Amino acid sequence: MILRKLKNYLFLCLMTLSGVAVLIPLILIITYVIKMGASSLNWQFLTHLPKPVGESGGGMFHAILGTLYLVSLGGFMAIPLGVVLGTYLSELGKGWMATFLRHAIDLFTGIPSIVIGIFAYVLVVVPLKQFSALSGGVALGIIILPVVTRTTEEILKLVSNTTREAGLALGLNRTQVIWHILIKGNRAGIFTGVVLAISRAAGETAPLLFTAFGNSYFSYGLMQPMASLPAQIYTYATSPFEEWQRQAWAGSFVLILLVLGLNLSTRFFMRQKS
Amino acid sequence: MSINLFRRHVEFRQDQIVLLGMRVLAIAIIMLIVSLAILLFKLSLPAISKFGIGFIWGQVWNPISEEFGALPFILGTLTTSFVALLIATPLSISVALFISEICPKKIGHIIGIFVEMIAAVPSIVFGLWGIFSLAPWIQNSATPFLKSTLGFLPLFQGPSYGIGVLAASLILAIMIIPTISSFCREVFRTIPLQTKEAALALGATRFEMIKITILRPSFSGMIGGVVLGLGRALGETMAVAMVIGNSHRLAISILAPGSTMASVIANEYAEASNAMHMASLGYIALLLLVVTLMVNGLARFIIWKWSPKI
Repeated sequence: MILRKLKNYLFLCLMTLSGVAVLIPLILIITYVIKMGASSLNWQFLTHLPKPVGESGGGMFHAILGTLYLVSLGGFMAIPLGVVLGTYLSELGKGWMATFLRHAIDLFTGIPSIVIGIFAYVLVVVPLKQFSALSGGVALGIIILPVVTRTTEEILKLVSNTTREAGLALGLNRTQVIWHILIKGNRAGIFTGVVLAISRAAGETAPLLFTAFGNSYFSYGLMQPMASLPAQIYTYATSPFEEWQRQAWAGSFVLILLVLGLNLSTRFFMRQKS
Repeated sequence: MSINLFRRHVEFRQDQIVLLGMRVLAIAIIMLIVSLAILLFKLSLPAISKFGIGFIWGQVWNPISEEFGALPFILGTLTTSFVALLIATPLSISVALFISEICPKKIGHIIGIFVEMIAAVPSIVFGLWGIFSLAPWIQNSATPFLKSTLGFLPLFQGPSYGIGVLAASLILAIMIIPTISSFCREVFRTIPLQTKEAALALGATRFEMIKITILRPSFSGMIGGVVLGLGRALGETMAVAMVIGNSHRLAISILAPGSTMASVIANEYAEASNAMHMASLGYIALLLLVVTLMVNGLARFIIWKWSPKI
């Protein structure tokens, strides 16, 4: 009996310990980023272009704008498409084609982001023969698309059939039911999926390495290479210059603020709704 | 009346057009997916026709003499993923148990959010932390300890530079814990309260209750979660590329630097020196794609086999 109780006690201790242990890396990372990042963050960092090596100061203004540009570009292409595809899978999703599409989209969420980068490379960079913001946007779009599609499908599947029938009984046709009742009625849920997808895409580096490539200046051109926050952090972090490493930390601080902020606020918003 | 009929006609047409449009879009996306696979295959075709299947066990990776073999990277991917799973699996399962069974609901909820926040941290930030915080710790604290206790194994021999296979594995372990543990929590949630209470009523301790009513029935579900985590570990790129050291040589020691399939693509693709180099990297991407698709398919199969039992 004592042995059993002892075993039980030991087990509970181990579980508690592991619960605490898992939190340690997250706390370490966040505090380290805040400690290193907040001290390097200043107004100049947010509003200036990089200075040449050796000079102190300068910032990542172009990379912050570049990330916003690329994410908007990807979102602009992928979000409407994702909502339509999700609706298709939920409302008409029968037959081999829909099954294939559903599985393909499902598996797409598990494809390594570096392979998605190569997809965007062969799809856009090879035909155009240059690194461009467009190809970076396509890469991020390929990341956003399956997430939006799956959330939309899952949310629309939760709508009971009686709701659809009520709409049809009022004399709406199927298009109107889909648009006015299903999509507009569930816009909060779909919006959540969209924001989570965007926050994931904003932090991705690997797909941008050989699509948007990076740039030391801000460029507005769709066909020019464009800097992005994660790629800039990567360049700076692996450089031997202390000033650049310091800026990499500041960049991470901004990135983590952006990504975790988006993520947490959506979760909070969702909880308030439900 | 006739206006009404006309409107009905228009609305009917609207339905047809919209539904047709959705079908066309779906077909377009399917064609896009298929064409992506074909384009990737075409990209790597020169390497496939030159090296064939022997590429997988070729040990030399030399862009200058145009000799390419993927074995160092395949082994690197397998080692880092395996070590990461070894660390992450017990931790993830016990965290899932801790959250859902042991600690009070409110605290469990907060810890759950924290664990899921780990999944939201961009991998570049993990990499940065790995370079500046984890690698020095491994070099100065972990390596002497490992050498003094397990140093007789060839796994822990040779000098440590901090960055290397061990650092990459540790980072991967941290990154896949949320995947495995949140899946395990979903699995544990399906077990009815009555079963647990029945076990307790029969005089089982909490440990025995958890062992009998939770862990045993959810075994295959947990395997599914672990395989999902494996799928994530295989493809993780940036964090690994930053801390693994990017060496092309085969090494037994996990303290030595290495390379994974994803990290070599990230490091060399933009600066590929010649067409064959690029094709070989494409070949590695193709292999990586096939492996992750198979692993994710396997996970889905296990989960699907398991789910009818709920």
